[in-house]
Amino acid sequence: MANHNAHTEHGDHGHEGGHGSMKSYVIGFLLSIVLTIIPLVAVMNGMFSKQVTTVLILVMAILQFAVQLLFFMHIRDEKKPRYNLISLIFGLVIMLTIVAGSIWIMTYNAVAT
Amino acid sequence: MWDKIKDFSSEFFVTGDPLILGAQVSIAITMVAIVFILTYFKKWRWLWTEWLTSVDHKKIGIMYIIASILMLFRGGVDALLMRMQLAVPQVEFLNAEHYNAIFTTHGVIMILFMAMPLMFGLFNIVVPLQIGARDVAFPFLNSLSFWMFFFGAMLFNVSFVIGGSPDAGWLAYPPLSGLSGSPGVGQDFYIWGIQISGIGSLATGINFIVTILKMRAPGMKLMKMPMFTWSVLSSCTTIIFAFPILTVTLFLLFIDRYLGAHFFTLDGGGNPMMYINLIWMWGHPEVYIVILPAFGIFSEIVSAFSKKKLFGYKSMVFALMSISFFSFFTWAHHFFTMGSGANVNAFFAVTTMLIAIPTGVKVFNWLFTMYRGKLSFPTPMMWTIAFIPCFVIGGMTGVLLSVAPADFQFHNSYFLIAHFHQVLIGGVVFGYFAGLYYWWPKMFGFKLHEGLGKWAFWFWNIGFYVCFMPQYALGLMGMTRRFNEYNFDMGWQPLNVVSTVGGFLMGIAFLFQVWQIAHSIKFYKKEKTGDTWDGRTLEWSIPSPAPMYNFARIPVVTEQDDWWEKKQRRLRGEADPPEVAQAEQAPLEPIHMPRNSGVPFVMSSFWFIAGFGFVWDWKWMIVLGLGGVIVSMLVRSFTYNTDYYIPVEEVERTEAAARGAH
Repeated sequence: MANHNAHTEHGDHGHEGGHGSMKSYVIGFLLSIVLTIIPLVAVMNGMFSKQVTTVLILVMAILQFAVQLLFFMHIRDEKKPRYNLISLIFGLVIMLTIVAGSIWIMTYNAVAT
Repeated sequence: MWDKIKDFSSEFFVTGDPLILGAQVSIAITMVAIVFILTYFKKWRWLWTEWLTSVDHKKIGIMYIIASILMLFRGGVDALLMRMQLAVPQVEFLNAEHYNAIFTTHGVIMILFMAMPLMFGLFNIVVPLQIGARDVAFPFLNSLSFWMFFFGAMLFNVSFVIGGSPDAGWLAYPPLSGLSGSPGVGQDFYIWGIQISGIGSLATGINFIVTILKMRAPGMKLMKMPMFTWSVLSSCTTIIFAFPILTVTLFLLFIDRYLGAHFFTLDGGGNPMMYINLIWMWGHPEVYIVILPAFGIFSEIVSAFSKKKLFGYKSMVFALMSISFFSFFTWAHHFFTMGSGANVNAFFAVTTMLIAIPTGVKVFNWLFTMYRGKLSFPTPMMWTIAFIPCFVIGGMTGVLLSVAPADFQFHNSYFLIAHFHQVLIGGVVFGYFAGLYYWWPKMFGFKLHEGLGKWAFWFWNIGFYVCFMPQYALGLMGMTRRFNEYNFDMGWQPLNVVSTVGGFLMGIAFLFQVWQIAHSIKFYKKEKTGDTWDGRTLEWSIPSPAPMYNFARIPVVTEQDDWWEKKQRRLRGEADPPEVAQAEQAPLEPIHMPRNSGVPFVMSSFWFIAGFGFVWDWKWMIVLGLGGVIVSMLVRSFTYNTDYYIPVEEVERTEAAARGAH
C-alpha cells in the first residue's frame, strides 16, 4: 500500500507545496531582522514609556510570528485540505483561551501579597 | 543491618492494615502463579514474540482492553469498599486516611486507567479496519503508547502496597497535594504514574489523527467516513490540545514538591487556585474525550441494528466536532464557588448550557435512526437503548448544575456525584460495553453468550439506578462527598443502604460479564462469516478475527456505509462500479508490514524505573532509568530493518484458510 500511495503523491505537480523563491526568502529575512531591531533599539535607547514598550514588543513578536509562517514555513502554499493552517488557528485559539481565560478568572482570586 | 532492613521495609511497604496486607499477599500469590503458569507451559517466548513486542494494532488493542478490565476490577473494588463504609453511620471499617486513599485511587483509576485504555483499545481495533488501512500511521509509536500507559498505570497502582496511596482527591488540589499537605510519596506516585501514561495518551492522539487523515482507503472522503471514525477524530483532536495542559500542570506541581518552588503555595507568591484553574482546562475536555467515542459507538450500533442509514449524518459530524471545540470553553463550571465573580460564572454557565445543544441533537439523531427501522435487540443494541434515557437524565442534572447560583448548593454534594456517575457510567461505560459486545467477534472470532450478557445488562442497569438515584436525594439533603463518617441524626442512612445495595448489584453484573467471557471461551463457537451483525462498514467485509494485514486488497470506497451498499447492490444483482470491481480483482501484491520491536516495552520499563526513582528521590535509580530511556531511543534510531513484506503465497494461504471456513 505504501507503494501505491507514493505513486499517487508523486503524480501531483509541485508536491509538498514546493519551495519559496530567492526573492521571498530575502524579503522574509530582511523583515525578520527589521522586526528584531525595532524593539531592540526601542529598549536600548529607552525611547518610550514602559507600557508603550511592552505593547511594541508584543506587536513586533506577533508580526515576527506571521513573517516566519508566511516566508519560511510556507503556510500559504499548503495544498487543500489545509490541515496545518486549521490546526495552527485552533492551537492559537486554545492558547489565547488558556492565557486570557486564566488571567480573567484569576483576577478575582489574586492573593494580596 | 537487620534493623536497618526492617526500618526500610516498614517505610517502603504499607503496613498495619489487614485489608492492604490481604492485597499484598494476594498480589504476591497471583504473580507467583503467573510466573509458574508461563514457565510450566513454556509460554514466555510466545508472550514476548506474539504480544509484548507486537506492533499489530489489533493485538495492542486487545492488550489495552485486558489492562482496562483489570483496572475496572480494582476501581470497582474501591467503590464497593467505599459503599460499605458509607452504608452504616459512625463505623470505622475504613479509617479517614484509608478512605481518602480509596476515593482518590477510585477516581484516577476509573478515568485514566480504565476509561482511557478501554477507549484506546477500541480505537486500535476498529479504526484501521473501518477506514480500510493495514495498520495505524505509526505502529511503533502505537506500541510505545501502550507500554507507557501500562507502566504508568502500574507505577500508580504499586503505591497501594509500596509507600502509600495518594490521598488528595483524583485531581490532587494543592495545598493538600503540596509538600506541606502530603509529605509522603503517595502524591509522587500520582504525578509520575499520570505523567508517564499521559505521554502515551498524547502519542495515541497524534497517531490516530494522522491515521484517519492520511490512511483512508481510496474513495473514502471525509464525509463518507463511518461515524465511529469521526468520533475518534474529534476525541483525538481534543486529546492533543488538552493533554499538554495536564502535563504542564502536573509538572509545575512536581517542581513545587521536588524543588521547593511556589507555583501553587501561598508563600512565595503562588496561588493554589491557579492549579484548580489549570487542571480543569484539561479535566473538562477530558470528559468529552472519553464520551465522544461512546457517541460514535452508539451511532454505529443504532444504524446497524435499525438496518438504516444514520439519521442526520452531517449534523452528527457537526455536533461531534463542535463539542470537541466547545469543550475547551467550559472549564470554570467546576469551580463556580471559587469566587471568580458574577461575570466569570455567568460566562461559563452559558457556555456549559450551550454545549448541551449538540448533545441533544445527537439524541434526536439516534431516535430518528430507529424510527421506522427494522429493529433487533442483541446485547450491543440493548446497551444503546439503555444509554439514551440514562444519559438524558444525567445531561439534565448537568444543566441544573450549570446554573451558577444553584451550584452553590450542589457543589461537592452527592448530587454532583450522582450526576457525573450517571454520565460516565450511563454514557461512557455503557458505550464501551456496547462497543465491546459489538466488535468482540471481530477481535476474537466468536460471539459472547447472549443470555449471560442480558443478565449482566439488567444487573448493571438496575444496579445503576438503585445506586445513584438515592444519591441525588442525599445530595439535596446535604450529604457532601469525600468523608467517611456521618452521624445517625443526619437521617442519611436509609438512602445510603439502598445505594450500597445498588453498588453490589453492579458488582454482581461484573461477575456475570466475567462468567459470560469464560463461558463463551469454553463453548467456543467460531464466527464463520466475518459479518456477525450484517454490518455496514468495512470492518465487516473481512474475516473474523482479521488477518494480520487486515485487507488482502485495499478496497475502493464509493459510498457512506460502503459494505452495506455493496451487499445491497449484490442482492439486487447490480454490478459494482468499475473502480470497485477493478480493485477487487487486482492481483495480490506483497504486503508491506512493520516489524515487531521490543524497544517500546524496554523503554517504558526504564520510564517506570525513572519514575520510581523520582518518587523515592533515589538519584542512582533516576539516572539508571533516564539513561535506559536514552539508550532505547538510540537503539531505535539506529535500527534500519524495521519493516518487511508478506509474500503473496502467504497472503493467499491465509485468505484461503479464513474464507474457506465458510
